[in-house]
Amino acid sequence: MNFELSDEQLALREAAQDALQREDTVAAAREALESPESLPDLWPTAVAAGWSGLLASEADGGAELGPLDAMLIAAEAGRRLAPVPLLGHLPATVIASGETLAALASGDKRGAWLPTMPPTDQDPDWTVDPESGIERSPAPSLSGNRVTGRVHWVPDAVGADLLIAIAVENGQPRALVIDPTSSGVTIESAKSYDPTRSVAHVNLADAEGTLLDADANDIARAWALGQGLIAAESLGSVEEALERSLEYSKERYTFGRPIGSYQAVKHALVEIYRLQENARSLMYYAGWAGDSAPEEFQLAAHAFRVGATEALDFASRELISVHGGIGATWEHDAPLFFRRAQLSRRLLGGAGSAADRVAGELLTAAVSAS
Amino acid sequence: MDLNDTPEQAGYRAEVRAWLDANKAGAPGLDGPEAGDEERFIAERRAWQGKLAEANLAGVTWPAEFGGGGRGPLEQVIVTQELSHAGVPGILDVIGVGMLGPTIIAHGTEEHKQRYLAPMLHGDEVWCQLFSEPAAGSDLAGIQTKAVADADGGFRISGQKVWTTNAHFASYGLILTRTNPEVSKHQGLTMFIVPMDAEGVTIRPLRQITGEAEFNEVFFDDVKVGADAVVGPVDGGWGVGLTTLLFERLAIGVGSEGFGYRADRFANAIASDPAAAANSDVRQRLGHLAADLLALRYTGYRHLTAIARGGLPGTEAALGKVTAVKAAIEAGDLIADVLGPEALAEGEWSYLISFLPGLKSAGGTEEILRNMVGERVLGLPTEPRLDKGIPFSELRAREREGVTS
Repeated sequence: MNFELSDEQLALREAAQDALQREDTVAAAREALESPESLPDLWPTAVAAGWSGLLASEADGGAELGPLDAMLIAAEAGRRLAPVPLLGHLPATVIASGETLAALASGDKRGAWLPTMPPTDQDPDWTVDPESGIERSPAPSLSGNRVTGRVHWVPDAVGADLLIAIAVENGQPRALVIDPTSSGVTIESAKSYDPTRSVAHVNLADAEGTLLDADANDIARAWALGQGLIAAESLGSVEEALERSLEYSKERYTFGRPIGSYQAVKHALVEIYRLQENARSLMYYAGWAGDSAPEEFQLAAHAFRVGATEALDFASRELISVHGGIGATWEHDAPLFFRRAQLSRRLLGGAGSAADRVAGELLTAAVSAS
Repeated sequence: MDLNDTPEQAGYRAEVRAWLDANKAGAPGLDGPEAGDEERFIAERRAWQGKLAEANLAGVTWPAEFGGGGRGPLEQVIVTQELSHAGVPGILDVIGVGMLGPTIIAHGTEEHKQRYLAPMLHGDEVWCQLFSEPAAGSDLAGIQTKAVADADGGFRISGQKVWTTNAHFASYGLILTRTNPEVSKHQGLTMFIVPMDAEGVTIRPLRQITGEAEFNEVFFDDVKVGADAVVGPVDGGWGVGLTTLLFERLAIGVGSEGFGYRADRFANAIASDPAAAANSDVRQRLGHLAADLLALRYTGYRHLTAIARGGLPGTEAALGKVTAVKAAIEAGDLIADVLGPEALAEGEWSYLISFLPGLKSAGGTEEILRNMVGERVLGLPTEPRLDKGIPFSELRAREREGVTS
């Protein structure tokens, strides 16, 4: 029994903190509200730290680490609202193989995965996020090696060197690598409520790609990893929000007492902490399942997404409330965490579909056990 | 991250499983007593505890010199898991063996240990914990039950205790009393061992929403105990009580799923209704509460890791109960919404739904748990206290004044 981080994982986390603190990414986030182009490019940082090949095998030039290691780094990025483009890149490395993977793992090429949701117990189709509305869109279709379809709200696609797309032929998903500059590919940057998060609408009109070996399991695994990474970013943001809320509640006085001494404030801060620690346990669960119990990875990663989303929704609002009116002003940092919470909640299928899949996984297991 | 046993733990698990395989045919059932049949139920469970004790499967963490297993908390977890795997009940006297025995081992006299520990371990004498009172729960040091010294060195105890599990068939109780009201409230407390059949002890069952009486209220009317009944120093009972509460925290850490609130159990209740299983609202609610319950399970493994490394789960372990109660309330609501009024009428879900409002306050109200975590874990300032450094008798006078003014 050992359900805590290993020494190597603690060291990895510390190294991530060191690498990311070279830039004041929270200040950069505020600046980016006015001028999005001013956001620092942290891809070179990621490559230098070895994160580009984190999940790839050593034979493919990677570090051969696991999902939990990737989530620990994502959490550090989330803590500082740092725009490290791992949400697009790392799931791409789970799907890619051969030369494509080698180029992604070394960091020669930055990949952007086009998030594609596996079927559920209620919906037999592979789907992608729609531009708007609750009806999911069918994944792009495949004919030979040509892909047609639209994928919306894709993280980190703008400026990527390679797209890893999922397209469906005869009901079966196939993965392809597509050159974003090739004919029929349009990547349209979308206006992002969170200035630190680049999102885009990707249109593929008979775009030519190269088929990869990945099977449906690999493609579904990339989806679960994406859930785990965005949840981990949220958990990191929760930790920062709690730290800042605690600090202020100890130094701000009303009626002769620090506001943190009042139960109304104290209990709300403990609620952030409760949600944060529950989410952390779910991150460990997702990491453990990703490595040791792959049949539970979908359940675990989506449960983590549910827990981390709830935690950040609450923590980001509480961070504003604890600070009073000033917390809701343009100049304050609190709204940056709120923006992060609001957009994250709605990407990669949204938090609602994560809760739905948790239920679906459990209900399916219950039916097959009875 | 590794949930597997070490080779030593695997070996121990195999031993435990072998014993249970050989002996489980003689075990009583898992269900609680039928109405009117409690005596037979308790007799069977006592006998089973005795068999477990002989096999070193009761008091796993007790030192061997007191008849225990002399092993660590992880081995206790292995025993608990294997009992559950075998489908047989564990010991009857969870409170005695889990909390009160260890308190006596830590603070009792040699005579206490010789006299009381073996019969406790074997289930021959069941124990109860007499701490909370009608006017002192969250603020436990505010208890009013008094123990007055007699000329012969003994004491006379008068007062009322409440929420006392197993009092109606317990042989002994560990009781926290006030021996000196003229000092501040944590300082004048003393712990005693009291026979539950002593003259002046009255036990009344306390029925709850479920209709069952899991607790009792216990009245003490000038109950005489000897000087040898004192556990720890006279006026030093608060420290003794803290030991008991420490073992309670350990029990929470190793038994996070002990309430039986598991995501798969609640999913099973819904899965047989295809319309419910396809309903988006049902699925959203199930998904959220299941995520909470999964978090609870894996938080439990984090506590176990702390224990395996020789530590204790921190104060924050108390939040596990908050999550468990919240998720189980949501599960009860959901299942009753799906199954309709019949679910409320009787049976498993009716019991769950009726049990939870009380569990919210059991073992510390949510408000007091949040205060503890806020102050001890997050370092938030305490609220101004009006009872610090004030003799208990004066404090009580002020409280009465507050009520009348």
